[in-house]
Amino acid sequence: MIEQVDLSQVNWARAQFALTAMYHWIFVPLTLGLSFLVAFFESIYVKTGNEEWKRITKFWMTLFGINFAIGVATGIILEFQFGTNWSNYSWMVGDIFGAPLAIEGIFAFFLEATFFALMFFGWDRVSVKLHLFSTWMVAVGSSLSAVWILVANGWMQFPVGMAFNPDTARFEMQNFWEVIFSPVAVSKFSHTTSSGFVLASLFVLGISCWYLLKGRHQLMAKRSIAVASVFGLLAATYVIFTGDEAAYTVAQKQPMKLAAMEGLYVGEMNAGLVAVGIINAAKNPGDEQPAFLFDVKLPGLLSLLANRQFGSFVPGIDDLVYGNEEQGIVSVASRMERGRQAIAYLAAFKEATDNENEVASQMALQQFNVYKDDMGYGHLTSPADAAPPVATTYYAFHIMVILGTLFPLVFLLALYFLHKETLEKQRLFLFVGILCVPLGYIAQQAGWVVSEVGRQPWAIQGLLPVQVANTNLTTGTVQTTFFIFLGLFTLLLIAEIKIMCKQIQLGPEEK
Amino acid sequence: MIGNLDYALLQQIWWLIVSVVGSLFVFLLFVQGGQSMLFTLPHDDEEKALMVNSLGRKWKLTFTTLVLFGGALFAAFPKFYATSFGGAYWVWMLILFTFIVQAVAYEYRKKPDNFLGAWAFEFFLFINGTVGVLLIGTAVGTFFTGAAFALNEYNQVTWQTSMRGLEAATNLFNLAFGFFLVFLARTLGGMYLLNNIVHPALNARCRRSVLINFLWTLPFLFFVLISLVTMDGFAVNPETLEVVMEKGKYLHNLLAMPLLLIFLLAGLGLVIYGVVVTSFQGSEKGIWIAGLGTVLTALGIFLTAGYNDTAFYPSYADLQSSLSIYNASSSKYTLTAMTYVALGIPFVLAYVAYVWKLMDNKKLTPEELAEGENAHEMY
Ligand code: HDD
Ligand code: HEM
Ligand code: HEM
Repeated sequence: MIEQVDLSQVNWARAQFALTAMYHWIFVPLTLGLSFLVAFFESIYVKTGNEEWKRITKFWMTLFGINFAIGVATGIILEFQFGTNWSNYSWMVGDIFGAPLAIEGIFAFFLEATFFALMFFGWDRVSVKLHLFSTWMVAVGSSLSAVWILVANGWMQFPVGMAFNPDTARFEMQNFWEVIFSPVAVSKFSHTTSSGFVLASLFVLGISCWYLLKGRHQLMAKRSIAVASVFGLLAATYVIFTGDEAAYTVAQKQPMKLAAMEGLYVGEMNAGLVAVGIINAAKNPGDEQPAFLFDVKLPGLLSLLANRQFGSFVPGIDDLVYGNEEQGIVSVASRMERGRQAIAYLAAFKEATDNENEVASQMALQQFNVYKDDMGYGHLTSPADAAPPVATTYYAFHIMVILGTLFPLVFLLALYFLHKETLEKQRLFLFVGILCVPLGYIAQQAGWVVSEVGRQPWAIQGLLPVQVANTNLTTGTVQTTFFIFLGLFTLLLIAEIKIMCKQIQLGPEEK
Repeated sequence: MIGNLDYALLQQIWWLIVSVVGSLFVFLLFVQGGQSMLFTLPHDDEEKALMVNSLGRKWKLTFTTLVLFGGALFAAFPKFYATSFGGAYWVWMLILFTFIVQAVAYEYRKKPDNFLGAWAFEFFLFINGTVGVLLIGTAVGTFFTGAAFALNEYNQVTWQTSMRGLEAATNLFNLAFGFFLVFLARTLGGMYLLNNIVHPALNARCRRSVLINFLWTLPFLFFVLISLVTMDGFAVNPETLEVVMEKGKYLHNLLAMPLLLIFLLAGLGLVIYGVVVTSFQGSEKGIWIAGLGTVLTALGIFLTAGYNDTAFYPSYADLQSSLSIYNASSSKYTLTAMTYVALGIPFVLAYVAYVWKLMDNKKLTPEELAEGENAHEMY
């Protein structure tokens, strides 16, 4: 039997993963977008030969470098943390999950690492064209990093292209292309990278608004805003479409996550989308309490979002946990029962194989195959465990969506005021522009909370719950590393913010 | 073509690829070697800035090679990745901490308002260059001396000591290996700086440090080599897959695979030759000669650990849990797919080399630092 582990240790390991991933995600989206913005600025410089554009390029490049360094620092731990804290996960799915990580190293990180030096220190070493090429390569490299890690993440949300091998008791890859082009991976990539473009555009917009408020570097600020707002508007519009696509994919592949995102306990035909609402914290799956203390719903829209069809059925948490015969949903309790059978037959298969009892091992294997699809459920202790934390998922999702509808308007207004040549006089708007920088970061973090908290209790959706995925460590050990990371990353974050603010305050190099 | 390769051959190919990446990493540790001399080699701030900026154009390559090393092990030998990183938890965590602080140090050291002060970031670089390298060395040493893990029937790892890997540093062989690596990195670091910076006084000191650090490697090197050829090794019986201790196993490996013996000896010879031309003949090309030597030596060592029916990650706590390239690898399907992917590696190496050449065609001078086009971005 696979050993059950100490839950508090698992929770600390989860906290550590969440901490390190969320720190990494403070910096990554800015890298994703700012690398392209810098490439745009430099392209304009090369095209026009205007030195002012070069100054603009170099200014944003300096900020890019400050952010990039700490992005890299927070990334390396994630690469190894699968092994250190989720070693059983690494062994069980390493056959599939390791590949994108290795490919990312070979093709994405080296591209960034190599051309980064040329981009920063190559101005007087190579031709203008080659320098521009390096800048573009850094941008392409950063998006390529996103491709591969999101393929990995998409696979854990929707495991495809693999099969369980009872001989090795692990999952093995069957189809590389299915893994790469899984619909979840594709939808994640388009939504995540474009959300990074939005964040970086907000960042450039916000800082430029600050200069305009202060009456400094006006030309540079307006030019930066012009480029960032066009890019931001396109990206923010695209984010809404890809976000809708992401929600549709979630509804199809992870209906439990969708139910949590909407706080939907009892499934409905023609389900409504919550516009605003306050979750009832006392509510548990299966009880009679109301899900919301207060809510306003847009009728029918959730059915449209989830199934692209008005009036279609959207399952709620109770349907998914306790089953719904009418809709053909099997209850978690019966899947747990089947899962336990699968685990028992797997153990019998192993034992018979070790004893070289061919007949018994074949019989056990046959039985195992009947139940194997529910094997992951065999590790759950109670049916309600199959539901993720609802309030966190719900609020995170709604914050993201509200902000997501706001951002395109901000870029649109910026362009409008620029066009009217009144931007520097719009003090209120300039304040809003600055405020949108932290809002952008909040939307980013909220997005990952939806994605990751919403898939609990699964490390691999439906196959491997988190408590079976971790390493056999003591709680104290993981607590210690958790606090070391907390302290260290916070220290570095403070340094980063101070340096960043100082550079912004200094502004671009004067001629 | 690759689709028809047989499983064992794929496993060997991937051990070779991982070894090549690891060997390149050992060479690139010249960055860490240079960092470890930050408080001793330069005599003033300008010299220190030259060192930092020269190393600062390469650190990312070393770092990324380490990341790739981890990723390649994950993809090709996931059981090793799970067992070693999860098991020897503290060693790896400490190594990672030193790399985390390294990653920000270059960029933040000289920036105004950096909160911790320049000294703190220099100290981060120093720690990464000394403790980081030492721990990597002791971790690699366990490829030969073994580690304290046991795997259950579902391959979940349990570690037999509460030090979770730090006990490796109490083994003399591992420690000697670690110190050898530290001084080798410093030797290479001196050669790289000499090659990359134009500053007569600093250059002269680099030359001297190359010789001194190389002399320091010798006692550790001899200890490691003599131990290696005399120690008992972890042999895998190819028929029964049983792991047994074999007297002189690694010597047998070297004799059974003479090419590796040649790698090892020629590699060490090249390192010595590199030191000689640097210290006595006024050459600046030592880094390339000794660099090639380092790669060959490291390749000889990694391949000895994995080939010829040897357990490359042995367990002395539970012999039969030991990992060999055959029981720790990914499925045939994954290795095949990844082998196609690996065809891209020469292309990556080619552009890395090309950009390196572009950057180093013009050496770093005090003038560039003070008033060059990039003066504003300097570390
Ligand atoms: C600026 C940031 C930002 C903004 C404005 C939005 N998103 Fe988002 N969203 C992200 C940044 C993000 C993200 C951080 O990139 C996530 C986390 C995981 C992922 O794949 O992308 C994400 C995830 C994510 C998920 C979960 C995907 C999953 O679990 O696999 C859904 C359903 C949406 N988003 C939907 C939306 C909708 C309908 C938006 C409407 C306006 C929206 N997002 C705006
Ligand atoms: C694509 C890359 C990612 C992968 C492969 C990944 C994988 C994981 C894994 C293995 C865990 C621990 C097991 C678990 O609790 O389920 C986890 C948890 C978590 N991750 Fe991610 N993650 C990724 C990206 C992110 C990012 C960028 C963020 C945040 C900004 C994030 C936020 C979280 C959170 C909040 C948890 C804790 C959830 C909980 O345990 O309740 N993840 N993720
Ligand atoms: C939990 C999974 C993740 C792992 C294991 C991981 C790993 C890493 C590593 C090792 C680095 C440093 C690489 C180097 O330059 O040597 C890095 C940086 C980077 N990662 Fe991640 N990462 C994760 C999540 C993500 C996600 C979800 C994205 C994007 C969607 C992403 C995008 C990037 C980018 C753009 C960089 C470049 C540096 C920067 O952050 O500014 N990473 N990551």
